[in-house]
Amino acid sequence: MDPLRRSPSPCSSSRPSSPSTPPCETLGPVGIEAVLDQLKIKAMKMGFEFNIMVVGQSGLGKSTMVNTLFKSKVWKSNPPGLGVPTPQTLQLHSVTHVIEEKGVKLKLTVTDTPGFGDQINNDKCWDPILGYINEQYERYLQEEILITRQRHIPDTRVHCCVYFVPPTGHCLRPLDIEFLQRLCRTVNVVPVIARADSLTMEEREAFRRRIQQNLRTHCIDVYPQKCFDEDINDKILNSKLRDRIPFAVVGADREHLVNGRCVLGRKTKWGIIEVENMAHCEFPLLRDLLIRSHLQDLKDITHNVHYENYRVIRLNESHLLPRGPGWVNLAPASPGQLTSPRPLKVCRGAHDDSEDEF
Amino acid sequence: MTRIHRKSVKKGFDFTLMVAGESGLGKSTLVNSLFLTDLYRDRKLLGAEERIMQTVEITKHAVDIEEKGVRLRLTIVDTPGFGDAVNNTECWKPVAEYIDQQFEQYFRDESGLNRKNIQDNRVHCCLYFISPFGHGLRPLDVEFMKALHQRVNIVPILAKADTLTPPEVDCKKRKIREEIERFGIKIYQFPDCDSDEDEDFKLQDQALKESIPFAVIGSNTVVEARGRRVRGRLYPWGIVEVENPGHCDFVKLRTMLVRTHMQDLKDVTRETHYENYRAQCIQSMTRLVVKERNRKDRSRN
Repeated sequence: MDPLRRSPSPCSSSRPSSPSTPPCETLGPVGIEAVLDQLKIKAMKMGFEFNIMVVGQSGLGKSTMVNTLFKSKVWKSNPPGLGVPTPQTLQLHSVTHVIEEKGVKLKLTVTDTPGFGDQINNDKCWDPILGYINEQYERYLQEEILITRQRHIPDTRVHCCVYFVPPTGHCLRPLDIEFLQRLCRTVNVVPVIARADSLTMEEREAFRRRIQQNLRTHCIDVYPQKCFDEDINDKILNSKLRDRIPFAVVGADREHLVNGRCVLGRKTKWGIIEVENMAHCEFPLLRDLLIRSHLQDLKDITHNVHYENYRVIRLNESHLLPRGPGWVNLAPASPGQLTSPRPLKVCRGAHDDSEDEF
Repeated sequence: MTRIHRKSVKKGFDFTLMVAGESGLGKSTLVNSLFLTDLYRDRKLLGAEERIMQTVEITKHAVDIEEKGVRLRLTIVDTPGFGDAVNNTECWKPVAEYIDQQFEQYFRDESGLNRKNIQDNRVHCCLYFISPFGHGLRPLDVEFMKALHQRVNIVPILAKADTLTPPEVDCKKRKIREEIERFGIKIYQFPDCDSDEDEDFKLQDQALKESIPFAVIGSNTVVEARGRRVRGRLYPWGIVEVENPGHCDFVKLRTMLVRTHMQDLKDVTRETHYENYRAQCIQSMTRLVVKERNRKDRSRN
């Protein structure tokens, strides 16, 4: 299932290694590091899957941001201004691409949510999104409980939801708060300040602080969540990130010449905004978080926490108790139970390797 | 002519301007920039918790501006809370009701006995702020403008235009103009200039009509640009100058609003919008009277 799940320590029986297990005394090098190479080869062979969802009002640059992140035309973004008319209801649609770099294959699925928050009455506009996320969990669950399971269950679960906050410069809007409160309990959410080129540096900082305060007041736990920091290194790294979240981002899919270099940017009458220049915007931080440093962590938390929460609730609903061998037919989930906010269960890594429940 | 001129100068002019649009589109900053005032200095921005409970309010700020002996009493009507809730159904209603109330008050005063010092609180112009982040008009924009275009002169504004590149500005303007026509929204029309005006004036007039919606940027801060101190916004990649016609339509808007079309805006308000309201009022009153009379006749027979 997961190529980088930690393998059990050779000294203990079947339990995953924990900090309190004392290391074995060895009489010479055994060649354990080679295991890392084996993992790497396997990962390269299998490739990675990564599913992200982008949510926000139309025109906040979601499609452009996705194109910028993956440096490819994932979305054939519409030319400015001539976009399709705002859909009347929220529709979700996904696009899957395989991106290859240095022999590593990434199967990327991006789900867009056009129509979110664009209507006059946006009550419950988050329901289709929650429904979609839970549907992916359900799909995985159904695969997981089969008697004969696939070797590699296709993972369509949303690993990260990037939420685009419009750059008003004031604070989070009621719609933002309603949405974030509900979604943070179901999926990893990374809020960003969209189209940040409309804010000066001071305005950005003030806006960011206010948003952080709003998130604290409303108990919205965005990624990276504090309770999942495993050790002191994680804490340090993630605290730095948490201080800068939400990142102020600008997206661009056109290149311009600046000082002899070709850069991605937006050309205005008063200058060129360079997307990858940290002095101009924080796009590099978002890219590094999503791809270079925290991709696997996002997947782990989705699998070990969010999916497990979903699974527990579904199994409790179906009144399942270990009955012995047999394929269990779960009753279909009722939509009401899955879209109301649930308390976030902690205990990352509580996922046991033992599958003797079935 | 000079006697009339002197009299109006002595009395001073008054003008009521309404600003409407979602919060965070730079309305207050623009008002301060337009009239070089500090109207919103002591404003406290609502926090997120307060916004959840907020309903649409109508607030008024008045300021007296004097320049070269000419006094202008400017009243700014603001609509905090508009478009900010999760459910914005009919959030334009308080705004429409406010405008009607001013008409009603004027109607009463005008029909009264002492007409010497009637206070004219009618709204002469409404600047409607359209977000630069949408793909043209949003459903709320269309609904608001359609509800109010028969009550007040609407001048659409493309807000925070410094977030758009020049081709994006052109594209959005064209799209918005096309949608305004498609939805049958009657925004304020600049009067056609007389055929005997000179070419320059005609070109200027044409340019003005094609600038709708005005792509504006506002600023409360002064920055150093090209050796001069100007109102602007300082970014790491450059400086935006509010009063540079090459950067945005701020100057066009200010010229139109204050220097060239202020009187026309008041005239249209008086001659069209107010007259419509008055006619409707009288008609419905007449209908009531006729109904009453018929009822009495019936009960008598």
